Amino acid sequence: MLLGKVSLTPALCTALRISPGFSGIQKQIGAAATQNVRLYASSQAAEVGNESQSFAINMFKGQINPSQVFPFPSVMNEEQTQFLQELVPPVSKFFEEVNDPAKNDSLEKVEDSTMESLKEMGAFGLQIPQDLGGVGLTNTQYARLVEIVGQHDLGVGITLGAHQSIGFKGILLVGSPAQKEKYLPKLATGETLAAFCLTEPASGSDAASIKTLATLSPCGKHYILNGGKIWISNGGLAEIFTVFAKMPMMDEKTGQMKDKITAFIVERSFGGVTHGPPEKKMGIKASNTAEVYFENVPVPIENILGEVGGGFKVAMAILNNGRFGMAAALSGTMKGVITQAVDHAANRVQFGSKIHTYGAIQEKLARMAMLQYVTESMAYMISGNMDSGSKDYHIEAAISKIFASEAAWEVTDECIQVMGGMGFMKGSGVERVMRDLRIFRIFEGTNDILRLFVALNGFQDAGKHLKSLQKALKNPLGNAGLLAGEMTKRAKRRAGLSTGLTLQGSVHPELSHSGDLAVKVIEHFGVTVEDMLLKHGKNILHEQFVLKRVADSAIDLYAMVVVLSRASRSLSQGHASAQHEKILCETWCIEASVRIMKNVKDLKSSSTTQVFKNMKAISAAVVENGGIVAPHPLGF
Amino acid sequence: MSRVLVGVKRVIDYAVKIRVKPDHSGVVTDGVKHSMNPFCEIAVEEAVKLKEKKLIKEVVAVSCGPTQVTETIRTALAMGCDRGIHVEVSGKDYEAMGPLQISKIFAALAKKEEASLIILGKQAIDDDCNQTGQMTAALLDWPQGTFASEVTIDGEKVKVVREIDGGLETIKISMPAVLTADLRLNTPRYATLPNIMKAKKKKIANMKPADLGVDMVSRVEVLRVDEPPTRLAGVKVETVDDLVAKLRANGTI
Repeated sequence: MLLGKVSLTPALCTALRISPGFSGIQKQIGAAATQNVRLYASSQAAEVGNESQSFAINMFKGQINPSQVFPFPSVMNEEQTQFLQELVPPVSKFFEEVNDPAKNDSLEKVEDSTMESLKEMGAFGLQIPQDLGGVGLTNTQYARLVEIVGQHDLGVGITLGAHQSIGFKGILLVGSPAQKEKYLPKLATGETLAAFCLTEPASGSDAASIKTLATLSPCGKHYILNGGKIWISNGGLAEIFTVFAKMPMMDEKTGQMKDKITAFIVERSFGGVTHGPPEKKMGIKASNTAEVYFENVPVPIENILGEVGGGFKVAMAILNNGRFGMAAALSGTMKGVITQAVDHAANRVQFGSKIHTYGAIQEKLARMAMLQYVTESMAYMISGNMDSGSKDYHIEAAISKIFASEAAWEVTDECIQVMGGMGFMKGSGVERVMRDLRIFRIFEGTNDILRLFVALNGFQDAGKHLKSLQKALKNPLGNAGLLAGEMTKRAKRRAGLSTGLTLQGSVHPELSHSGDLAVKVIEHFGVTVEDMLLKHGKNILHEQFVLKRVADSAIDLYAMVVVLSRASRSLSQGHASAQHEKILCETWCIEASVRIMKNVKDLKSSSTTQVFKNMKAISAAVVENGGIVAPHPLGF
Repeated sequence: MSRVLVGVKRVIDYAVKIRVKPDHSGVVTDGVKHSMNPFCEIAVEEAVKLKEKKLIKEVVAVSCGPTQVTETIRTALAMGCDRGIHVEVSGKDYEAMGPLQISKIFAALAKKEEASLIILGKQAIDDDCNQTGQMTAALLDWPQGTFASEVTIDGEKVKVVREIDGGLETIKISMPAVLTADLRLNTPRYATLPNIMKAKKKKIANMKPADLGVDMVSRVEVLRVDEPPTRLAGVKVETVDDLVAKLRANGTI
C-alpha cells in the first residue's frame, strides 16, 4: 500500500511527529546507536528496531508480540512433570511437619536439625545439574518447589535463595567447567554455603559505585581483595562468596586507566575473610545477615567469574536470572495467608452472620484472590519462557518482582485486617509473615529502581524504533510502505480508532471483551510512550515522576495479558475452575485498564505536570528544613 | 538371606476433608489429594531398616490398583525399596476391591517371589478393615504378628511385640510370616530429593490378578455411604435428680 508520492515535507514530519534532533536520546539512554542509515532499504518494515520477542518491550511500542505470552507456556515434558509431582509431597510434608517457622523466627536462626534435614533432602542444590550432585531442576520445577517454601517459611526461603538463587548462581551461569567441577558438588549438598556480596555501606542501588578493590599481586597469580560488604545474607555462614570488586583496567580505546567491576569466587579459606555479628532485623530473622570484610584476601586469578571487567553484567545476569523465584515464592506465601483469612471469614460470626457474607470482607477476599492469581500466572509464565530458551525476559522479570512483593504485602496486610485482633497476635503467625515480607520490596533491586529500569528499558526500545523511523524518513521513497503504515497507524491512534491490532485468535472467545480492553490500553500506552519521548527527549531519564507512572502502567498491562493467557488456557482445557478464573481475569482487566487509562490521562494533563512541580518544591522545602516545614497549628 | 514383600495402599490423604458423593455410592475421590496409607509408610520403613541392618536382602513394594498407584510405589522406592510390583486393577474391580482380594494377590505373590516376610500396615485409613494381614497369613498358612510395635529377627524366627488392649504381648513366630505394622513401630523417613531421583531408575513390574490366578469377584456389595450423623447439642442439668429424671424421660433407664 504505497502512497502516491512521498517526500520529506514538513507535513510528513508532523504526521509522524518526529523531530529532527532525535538522536540525542540514544546516547543518553545508552543504546548502541546504529549509525548505518539504510539508504537503499528494500522498505520492508521488519527492519524497524531489533525485533525483540518480549511482550513487554513490544507493548512500549504499542505493538503486540504474542509469541511469549500466548498460549500460556506449558514447558515440561511428561518425565519432568512426573518427577516434579513426586518432589512436591515430600517437600510439602517436610515444611508442614518438621520446619518450625515460629521457632526459627524466635531463635533468629534456622534450627540446626532443620538445616541438616534440608541438606539431606537436597534442597541446597535444586538447580545444580545431576552429574554435579544436584537435583537438576528446570526453572519451572524450581519455581514449584520454591512456592512451597514461600508458603511456609520465608526465612528459610531466603537462606536457600541467598545460597542458590544468587549466591552461587554466577558459577552456574558463567563459571568455567573447572570452576563448576570444583565448587558445585559441595554447594549442592550444602556442605558449603554461598553468599552474594555486592552491597557496600555507600553502594546500594548505585551498585556500579562499589569501592571494594582488587589489585593484581606482584607475582601476577593472585588478586588481593580489600573492602567491606554489608547486609550479606548467609554472610556469617557461607564458605563460598561471589564478590564484586573494582579493578583498575586499561581502557583500550582511550588508553587511560578505568575502574571496572569484576566478579570473583572467594573462599573463606583463602584467609582474610571475616564477618560481623548477625544483624537484628524486622523480619526474615531466621536468615543470617551479616557484614563481610575482606582484608588482603589472596584470590587466585583462576577464580575470576566471567570476564575481567565484566562484573557488573555478571551481577545483573545473576539478579535477573533469580527474580522469577521471588514471584513463585510469594505466590505461595499469598496462598497460605489467604487460606488463613478465608478460614477465619468462613467461621467468624458477628451481627448474626458469618463475616464472609459482608461486602467489606468479600471485596478483601476477592482482591486477595486476584492478586495471588496474577502473581502466580506471572511467575510460571516467566519461568516457562526462560525454560523455552528466551533470553529476553528481563523486563518481565523486573515487573514480576515489583508486582509480587507489593501484592504479597497488600494481601498479608488485608489478611490481618480480616482476622482482626487475632491477625495481630503472634500465635496466628500472620504478623511474622508481614514482617518477613517487608524486605522483598527493598532487596534484589528496590521496587523504585526496578520501576525506572522497566520504564527506561521500554523507552530505550521505543526510542530505537522511532530513530529507525527517523532514518527511514531520510529515504522516504525506499521506505514508502513502512512510512505509510506508520503514519496511518499514528493517525488512527490519535483519533482513538483501532489500528487493527488484535488479540483475537490468542485469547479465548469468552474473554474477547477483556482482550479488546487490553488492546485498547496497549494502543493508548504506545501513544503515551511516544508522546513522552517526544516531549522530553533525552531528559526522560530524569523525569522520575513520569517514569514511575509509565512503569505502573506497564506492570498493569503485563498483568492483564498474563491473566488473559492463563484464563484462556483454563477455558480451552475445560478446567473445573475455568469459569472462576474467567471472572478473576475479567475483573482484573476492568480495574487495571481503568488505572492505566488514568495514568495515560494524567501524563497528558497540565495539572499533573503542576503536581509534579509542586511535589518537587515540597520535597526541597522539607529537605532544607530537615523535616516538616509548616509550623504547628497551635503555634508552638 | 530373605526377600520381603511390603504392601502399600494409595488412600485419600489424612488431612483431606472427606465428602460423600451426592449419589451416596461412595466418597469423592476425583481431584482429591491422595498419598500412601500412613501404616503402610511404617511398614516400608521397617522393611528398609531391616535391609539396612543386612537382615534381609531385598524389599519389594507391591500395590494394587489403577495407574495412579505407581506414584505410591515410587514413594516406597524413594524410601529405599529395591523394586516394585504394580498389580493392575481398575474400574468396577477396583471399586469392589477389598481385603479378601488383596490377600489372595499377596498370597500368590509371596509364593511366586519366594518371600520370607510380608509386612503390611495394620489397617488402611479409608476402610479401617484391619483384615488383610490376617487373611493373607491364613491363606498361606503362615504365622502372623499383627499390631507390631517392635520387630526383631532372630535367625529363622521373628520376635514381635504386639500392642493389644491389655498392654503389650511378646510372641516369637517362625518365618515365613506376615507382620502388620502399628503406629509406634517406627517413624518413617522423609523421602529426600536425591533418593527420589535414584528411585526413577528402579524397576516396577506390571501384572494382572489373572496372571496370579486370582479372581477379583467381590462377595460384598456396598449399598449406601452416608456421613456420620451430625452431633446433637448436649443439655446441661443442675442436679443429679434432674439428670435421673431426664434419663428416665428419654427411655435410657
